[in-house]
Order: sequence, then structure tokens, then C-alpha cells
Amino acid sequence: MSELISTMRLDVAESLRARWFVIYALVFGGIIMGLLIFGLTESRIMGVTGLSRTLVTFIQLSMAILPVFILLSTVRTLAGDREAGVFEYLLSLPVSLGGWYWGKFLGRFAVVFLPVFLAMVAAVAWGLVTGLDVPWGHVSYYIALLMSLTVCFLGLGFLISAFARSTDVGQGVAFLVWLLLLLFLDLILLGLLIRTNVPPELVVAIALGNPLQAFRTAAMIQFDPQLILLGPSAYVILDNFGRAGYMAWAVVYPVAVGLLSAGFGFWWFRRSDLQ
Amino acid sequence: MSTAVVELKSLEKVFRRHRVLDRLSLDIHPGDRIALVGSNGAGKTTMIRCILGQYRHGGVVRVRGMDPHAARKEVLQHVGFVPQMPPPLRMPVQELLRYSANLVGVDPSRMTAIAEAMGLDLGEAARKPFSKLSGGQKQKLLIGIALGRDADLLIMDEPTANLDPAARQILFDLLAERLDSGMIISSHRLEEVAPLVNRVVEMDRGQVVLDDKVEDMVDPSVRQGCRLKIGGRDEAFANAIREWGFESADGLEWTGVVAGPDRLKFLGVLSRYAGRLSAIHMDEGNDR
Repeated sequence: MSELISTMRLDVAESLRARWFVIYALVFGGIIMGLLIFGLTESRIMGVTGLSRTLVTFIQLSMAILPVFILLSTVRTLAGDREAGVFEYLLSLPVSLGGWYWGKFLGRFAVVFLPVFLAMVAAVAWGLVTGLDVPWGHVSYYIALLMSLTVCFLGLGFLISAFARSTDVGQGVAFLVWLLLLLFLDLILLGLLIRTNVPPELVVAIALGNPLQAFRTAAMIQFDPQLILLGPSAYVILDNFGRAGYMAWAVVYPVAVGLLSAGFGFWWFRRSDLQ
Repeated sequence: MSTAVVELKSLEKVFRRHRVLDRLSLDIHPGDRIALVGSNGAGKTTMIRCILGQYRHGGVVRVRGMDPHAARKEVLQHVGFVPQMPPPLRMPVQELLRYSANLVGVDPSRMTAIAEAMGLDLGEAARKPFSKLSGGQKQKLLIGIALGRDADLLIMDEPTANLDPAARQILFDLLAERLDSGMIISSHRLEEVAPLVNRVVEMDRGQVVLDDKVEDMVDPSVRQGCRLKIGGRDEAFANAIREWGFESADGLEWTGVVAGPDRLKFLGVLSRYAGRLSAIHMDEGNDR
């Protein structure tokens, strides 16, 4: 078995027994169960009903919870492991740094993505059992979006962990990053656009560059193809990307951010003290 | 070409302007069993981490002629390491064994055989999270992983700290089979590791302040048959001596076996009951 797969497997074995994972799985399992049990499938908002309605709500909630959860848990466990001597011991074994780092990345991806994926599967299964129409296109795209968001924030988490020398510093930086991305969501950007003389192109560029915003807009575009909810920014998005182009951007771009961040983190990890 | 297992030349390590290793030079040859002693902050752990390729540093570190950074896998393939503080791993013991054996390229049974020989019941422990094992069980497992491979350099930090006398004897036997390997045994207390080593290196403020050969008279594998008599029954003494595997029919006369390298430690225990003892007989080479 290659060291990459070995390390991935080890990280999964380690994470499945961690408290953060139990809470994480309960939160996402609980959300989807709550949405199904409390009858959101029956409600109608903006013309969206049935399972689509449940999935839209789930995606919106995921966008609020998933990034900060991934960032904080990744940074806390990696920096905590370093402080507690886990790195000292496991890195005394003959594993290449690439195999170790990327194996941990893959293991963590599997552990973080699996609960949200299973929550989606549970929603679809519920739809099939109760005779609701399953919007397969939406389901597939939302799974791709969740995968993209997971890679993005895992990458940022690994980058922060590579630099942070203590859990406290790492968690503080992770929280600030999340806060910064949250600040640059559309409402605040619209506010900026109105109140200041910042060129609209710059504001829109910031929105496009914010993975949280990309994710949010892409989720929105599923049930609001003209992006009426988004306001003036919608023109830029639809004129430059088109609907399909933006959907592709919202999946590919966060993955690129995540992988580049993780890659930069690996570069730093290799050239700094491991312990 | 040098025959040293480890070569350290002008090794320097600075943490935020604090110089922890200060132009430290040291050669370790096959058969050198080094007691690495020194107070807290002397630089022992930092030096070990440099040898393991975990720190960036000034100066030169070579293990079997290779740079532990550049040839990390090749170097660590032949280095067995037992940390002082077992890592707080939550994974099951069998996962840790499988992972370690896979990386080292040996059958996990080699590692489990050593851990079991030291008294770890893997049938019971294999599925437990590593962090749920007792201190002694963790130590036995980590020693099993370190010794269950073809290492020609063993680095052990307080290896006997959590071990009972029987497990210590097994460890001494296992080390006696590897007298050709280089060993670094780090400890705060020289008397704990003195019987195992033939060289003492003392560190202070990042430098080697003492590097001395010690007379290598104690065969780590030798056992001493021992017979004791005490003046009257004593529950505290009985409990203490039973921990060393001693037996008695009447609570007055006790017999057992003491590992050669453990004799000083054993006599240290007996000294607490000097007033009770009426006879001591120790016989090298006699198992009873």
C-alpha cells in the first residue's frame, strides 16, 4: 500500500474517533433530518418546493457552517497534533513528507466530505421513498459544490496550520480568514458600491474572488437563473460568464484556491521545522 | 569514508534568538550505546530531532553518511525511535502497527512479537485506541515498533520509565541482541540507564560538556538469582518485592531473579527496607 493511501487511512482512523468529527456528523445529520422531518419539502418559497426546497436550505446552511467548521477543526487538530508530539513520533517513521502531507489532506477530505455527502444521499433517499421528484441535476451540482467548498477550506486550513506554531494562533487566524470572507459577501459589497466611489468592476472582482460568494451565487443561480436576488452584480456575472460558465467557475475556482493554498502550505511545511 | 552511524559537526539550532544547540559536534559509531544526559533545556531533544530530520539547523548532520532531510526515508528506515511522552493517538493500536510496519517494510508480526514478549496483551489491546492504553502498555508497543525492524540506530527517550521489572528485563535482553547498533538513550537520571550504556554524553546549554567511555562490564542479558530474608512479615515489603517477581512460601524468605542492569535499581528498593533485611544473597548467572 502506498504511503499516501496508508497515511490517508491512518488519518481517517484517527479522525473518526475525534470529538470534533462526532459533533460535525451530528450537526449535518441533524440539519438534514430536521429539514425532512419538519416538512420543509411541503413549503413553497420563490416557487421552489419539494426536495429542491430542502436541498436549497441545506446548501445555504452548509455554506454558513461548513467553512468555519472545516477551518477551525483542521487547524485545531493539525496544530494540536504538532504541539502534543504526534508529528514528532509519526514523522520519525520513514514516510516522505509529500506522502504524509497529502495523505493527511486526502484523509481529512474523506472525513469532512462524507457526512455532508451522506446527508444529501439521505435527502434523496427520503425523496424516493416518499414519492417526491428528485431534481438529479441540482443534487449532482450541489454535491460538486460541497466537494469544491470542502477542498477550498481544507486547503486554507492546511495552509494556516503549516504556518501557525500554536493552536491558539492557528485558530485565531482561521477565524479571521473566515470573517474576512464573510465580510465580502454580496450585501456588504452592494453597500460599498452605493456608499463609496469604488469602481464597480473592482467590487464585482472581489465578489468573484471570494469562494464563499462564488458558492452562494452558484447555489442561488439554481433556483433564480436571472439572479434577481443578487442585484446589479448579476449583469456582470451573466454577461461575462453566462449561467453555465458561472456554475463551472463556482466549482473549479474554489478547488483551485484550496489546492494552491494546500500546495503553498506544503512548500512551507517542507522548508520549516516539522515539529 | 567515515564509519560513524551519526556525525554531527558544528550543529546549531536557534529558536527566536535563543541558541539551543551551540556548535555541537559528536560522532556515534556502531556499538556506541550512549547515555545522553543533561538538565531540562540542555538541548537533548533538539539534538535528537535534528538527527531525525525534523528541524532545520546550522552545521552538518549525517546519519549513515546521509542528510536526514534530503534522504529522509532512507535514513529513517534504519532508525528506531521511542519518545519519552507517547503521542496522544486516538487510532486503534492495530492501525498504528499496520501503518508503521507498512512504512518500514516488515511484517507487523515482528513488532507485535516484541510488544507481546514485553507483556503487552495485543489480543485485548489491538482494537483499543492507542490513547486508552496505560503508560506501560504504550511504552511496550512503541518499543515493539522501534525494535521490530532492522534498525542500526536506536534513539530512546527514558525507555524504562513506565516499565515493570519483568518488561525491563526483556528490554535489556532485546538490546543485548543489538550491541552492534548505535544507541542514544536519553535520560534525566544517569543511574536509570547507566547499566545499558558504554558511553556517557552530558549536554549543557547546547554543548557537549562531557563525553566519556564507561567500563562496559555489565552484560545486559545477564540475570542474577537472588534470595532474601527478612526479620518479620511486612506487607509493604511484600508488595514491593512482588513487583519484582519475587515469591515466598512463608513471607520471610523470598526468591527471585533480577536483571543484571537492574541491580542498582533493585538494591535501591531494598535500601528502603534495610532495617527488616536479615540476609541478601545475589548470584550472577544463577537464575534462582
